[in-house]
Amino acid sequence: MNIFRIEVTNHSGEDEPRITAAAHRLGIDSLQSCNKTQLYFLTSNSSESPSSDQVERLCALLLVDPVTESARVTPLPHTRSDDISSQIASTSADHIIEVALRPGVTDVAARVLERGAAELGILSLEAATATQYRLTGDLSEEELHRVARGLLCNDTIERYSLGAVEPVFGHSSDALNIVDRVPLASLSEEALLECSRKRMLSLDAEEMREIQSFYDELGRDPTDVELETLAQTWSEHCVHKTFKSIIAFTRQDSRNQALPVEEITGLLQTYIQAATEKVNRPWVRSAFVDDAGIIEFDDNFDLAFKVETHNHPSALEPFGGANTGIGGVVRDIIAVSARPIACTDVLCFGPQDISPDELPAGILHPARVREGVVAGIGDYGNKLGLPTVNGAVIYDEGYLGNPLVFCGAVGLLPKGSHPTKPKQGDRIVVLGGRTGRDGIHGATFSSAELTQATHTESGSAVQIGDPITEKGLIELVEAARDKRLYNAITDCGAGGLSSAVGEMGEELGAEIELQDVPLKYPGLTPWEIWLSEAQERMVLAVPPSNLPLLQELADLWDVEMRDLGQFSGDGWLRVRYGGLAVAELPMSFLHGGLPIPRRTAQYSEQTVDWSTAPFTGRDLPSRKAKEILLRMLSHPSVASKEGIVRTYDHEVRGGTLVRPFVGPHMNGPADAAVLKPLGTWGHQRAFTLSAGINPLLGKRDCYAMAVSAVDEAFRNAVSVGADPDTVALLDNFCWGNPTIPDRLGALVRACQGCYDAAVSYNAPFISGKDSLYNEFEGQPIPGTLLISAVGIVPDMRRICTSDLKQSGNLIYLLGETREEFGGSLLSHLFEWEGGEPPAMPNEPLDRYRALHAAMRSGLIQSCHDLSEGGLAVALAEMCIGGRLGAAVDISAVSGGDFTHPVVPLFAESNGRLLMEVARRDVKVFEESFTDLPIAPLGTVTQTGNLEVMENGQRLFALSLEEIATSWQGAEFE
Amino acid sequence: MLVLPGGFSYGDALGAGVRQALDLRVFFHDELREFIEAGKPVLGICNGFQTLVKAGFLPGSTDNGARHNDEPQSMEQRQVTLTQNSRGRFECRWIHLAVEHGAKASCLAHLEGPVFCPVAHGEGNFQVSSDEALKRLEKEGLVAFRYVDEHGLPARGRYPINPNGSVADIAGICNRAGNVIGLMPHPEDHIDPIQSPLGGRKGLGLSVFQAMMGLAFA
Repeated sequence: MNIFRIEVTNHSGEDEPRITAAAHRLGIDSLQSCNKTQLYFLTSNSSESPSSDQVERLCALLLVDPVTESARVTPLPHTRSDDISSQIASTSADHIIEVALRPGVTDVAARVLERGAAELGILSLEAATATQYRLTGDLSEEELHRVARGLLCNDTIERYSLGAVEPVFGHSSDALNIVDRVPLASLSEEALLECSRKRMLSLDAEEMREIQSFYDELGRDPTDVELETLAQTWSEHCVHKTFKSIIAFTRQDSRNQALPVEEITGLLQTYIQAATEKVNRPWVRSAFVDDAGIIEFDDNFDLAFKVETHNHPSALEPFGGANTGIGGVVRDIIAVSARPIACTDVLCFGPQDISPDELPAGILHPARVREGVVAGIGDYGNKLGLPTVNGAVIYDEGYLGNPLVFCGAVGLLPKGSHPTKPKQGDRIVVLGGRTGRDGIHGATFSSAELTQATHTESGSAVQIGDPITEKGLIELVEAARDKRLYNAITDCGAGGLSSAVGEMGEELGAEIELQDVPLKYPGLTPWEIWLSEAQERMVLAVPPSNLPLLQELADLWDVEMRDLGQFSGDGWLRVRYGGLAVAELPMSFLHGGLPIPRRTAQYSEQTVDWSTAPFTGRDLPSRKAKEILLRMLSHPSVASKEGIVRTYDHEVRGGTLVRPFVGPHMNGPADAAVLKPLGTWGHQRAFTLSAGINPLLGKRDCYAMAVSAVDEAFRNAVSVGADPDTVALLDNFCWGNPTIPDRLGALVRACQGCYDAAVSYNAPFISGKDSLYNEFEGQPIPGTLLISAVGIVPDMRRICTSDLKQSGNLIYLLGETREEFGGSLLSHLFEWEGGEPPAMPNEPLDRYRALHAAMRSGLIQSCHDLSEGGLAVALAEMCIGGRLGAAVDISAVSGGDFTHPVVPLFAESNGRLLMEVARRDVKVFEESFTDLPIAPLGTVTQTGNLEVMENGQRLFALSLEEIATSWQGAEFE
Repeated sequence: MLVLPGGFSYGDALGAGVRQALDLRVFFHDELREFIEAGKPVLGICNGFQTLVKAGFLPGSTDNGARHNDEPQSMEQRQVTLTQNSRGRFECRWIHLAVEHGAKASCLAHLEGPVFCPVAHGEGNFQVSSDEALKRLEKEGLVAFRYVDEHGLPARGRYPINPNGSVADIAGICNRAGNVIGLMPHPEDHIDPIQSPLGGRKGLGLSVFQAMMGLAFA
């Protein structure tokens, strides 16, 4: 069979300066330039090879842009790499590295090409793609391998070759119907654990024993399909056993006094759900039951919001991991019958400037992780036509081996349009992408720690997304929902079909035929089909009479649909392959058999230790104050994220009213996003999306971190115009190994903080997720809690942004400032581990209600929350956004007699916002804050300087230029 | 009026709009030609613009000779394209857009002041095969929109006023009859003043649609 190799070269050379620069950072200075060429390989899966005419037509119509590119076509009689290498030698490069996807990894471009060819009547074309890098410079073979492994090829999904890469078409192997029996009877505890480890089941001894005795009673051994199903269903990822476990919690206060032991019956129930029940808001439509939380939006529509993490896949393959993270959370929204309308993302990376030599073995450089994650998020969200409107990026050494990728999605659904009960006799229908060997063991893999070897062992846990297939699902499900064609719906996420069908059929039971699952390629064993986490699939319960209509819609949207079986009504899960039973389990054991684990948790509060404070006396030299502020503004976690955020479409769908950047130059930071959903422009309601996260504080005090994260998400929402009585919260915990008592103790404190804050703010949790075992080689990440908030803006004409608007206006500070430096940015910069962590503000809701009322009356010109870096950073950001100066006196800051000027400037007390007020409104404004802590700090000026005074004496002044340069920093390249 | 909207058709897997352009040629070629020749308005936005360019409908042929719908030659003769942004990445930002004076798309002539709306693309860099090709486009009045600064002055290639490196700041072009128009920016994202990040009532993208609707009812 002939193979055509097509090299498509850009006339301009398509130089890759970023690769050259990155190679220099790896110490490979001899690399002078790197150019990229796209490679296509064409062959035929019939006896007839593609003709050269056909290849020429494909080049002209699909592969080559006549203005910028040219192609070279080489027929390959056989894939003899020697021949190709000699052909390559004719190019001007000194070295060639070619990178191709590994067999079985989705090659989207090749599939698009094959279908395009079919449209031209070239029916049996098979395509593969690869990338050629042409390098100049005198590089040794060892250096070439380092460039390839370090910069060009990710071993998890790709392969490379120095010289020509050999194409692999599709993925062929023989069909396998092998089902193993796994002998468990009479195994010792050690042998059981060995079995769990070997099969990557992530089940502990007690769970394995429970399974063993269940099969002892049945008098047989489990099949591999059954064992894998149990492992997925019982995994931390799917069942959140830590959050349901019974915990014996011991705590010592900061004076080392032991407090009485508490027994906690499930963190989720005791703290998170309890807060929702206590708050009892009537506008909550669904909390913790469905795949996403749902609140009321207006008379006709509800809003669904969900945030997920995709940490482990992103550590291994940043692009694919983040890509499928967005894909997964968007499917959670589809799974509550909602139309996805926006995305959010919060990212935590290791320091970008770490030297490659200091990097522990087995992890990707954080710069490469960031580049891949950011590209992966943009690629999926942009291609789905969803605006990515809110997020955060945080840098900390603790995320070096284990980055965090939080992906959020929001959807809109007509009231009462989400059916959740499958009926006996409903067909089990799978829609969307085909099933392959991708993402097998994702659920159990994410419930284990990462090690050096994870990269090589868990390649199959990583998937590549195909947003265009998902777009079809969005359209199809919306149409099917409106025609009421299904009785229940869920997405195929972690655990694949096993989880989706297992959960949906929990009450009725389900029968399924695996041979009917459409596959990407043959050769999958039954358990692999059953567990595959191949992307872009939904499972629906469809009454048999609706199948023809659903099929019609599926054809219209070009989505593959397959009937796999039925919800039987006998309460059993029966999985068949070619008619033979491969799994038969009562749902009662699958869902109720998991022994409730008992855990111990322990927490010791750290001492405050003021004696080690980095500032003493009363003096803050002007130079020092300036230097601290500029260092804060340029700190990567504070500095502008424009380089990242602009690669996401935040405008598509036309409903973004407050976008990530504000002010006349459209480059000041926004506190939150305000969105107006398409289809609701008949009234003035809109909604906000905001986030609160502070891992620095988590290292100091997890309780304070939780309270502060709730306050931050909440005040961000209010600062752009959300009604504080309509804010709903989501919790996402990323934590280390919860079987270690101190990790779990910190988690308990964080949950207690969540409860106390939610109740104080009268804000319910509507959804949440935990990602545990975030450790690399035994080192946990800093316990990290993300609080996301969605709030209703009653009148979109009264929204507010953070940029200063008009010189002469007054600047007020809302909230008390206390000497709270625990976990603050100031303490971090001075490497101080003491300090008081920020407490919950007094009566927080009162001030937020007053602020909202003032906003509704049009009294607030601009508003910005105080977070990392306190007052000084917030003021500077308002100046940058508004291109205006400000003159303030910090002695007016309310909260008491401060021991040192750094307190009003840099303390990170909660519940504080800056507000800009026009002079004409001052009286009414002040009256509307009667009995609340507000303080007039100064005025907006035209001077172009941020001037800070203390008791009328100038402390320091910085020009707009200086603060903007520090904050905007170097362009993200 | 036919609007080909934005969106990543086929994920832009083989280059922006390329695969959808094939669909246009294979399935709708004759219908589309008939529609265009009848003088009805066609607007391509972002991916729709890329598709019209790559299918050869923009700026369109110089002669009116019939072409076979998938004849490779007609593709190879294409002299304009939209390629990778000069900074190598997708970018989303609001920009100002001036209607070219004397453009064949005369329906745009009475738009007041620059249009203010966002771009959101990775392959919006308008390029031509040669200097002559550019001169011809300009001389024939086929340039419809250029990127300008907030005062309406030419971007002269300056980033980010010209956000993608397009030659001669070209943001949109039209065909010789003036009824087929394509542009990279998204006028549909600025229909109501409340959508504008700068406030005020200026620069509504709505005006582009209103102008073209005039053609539809002409």
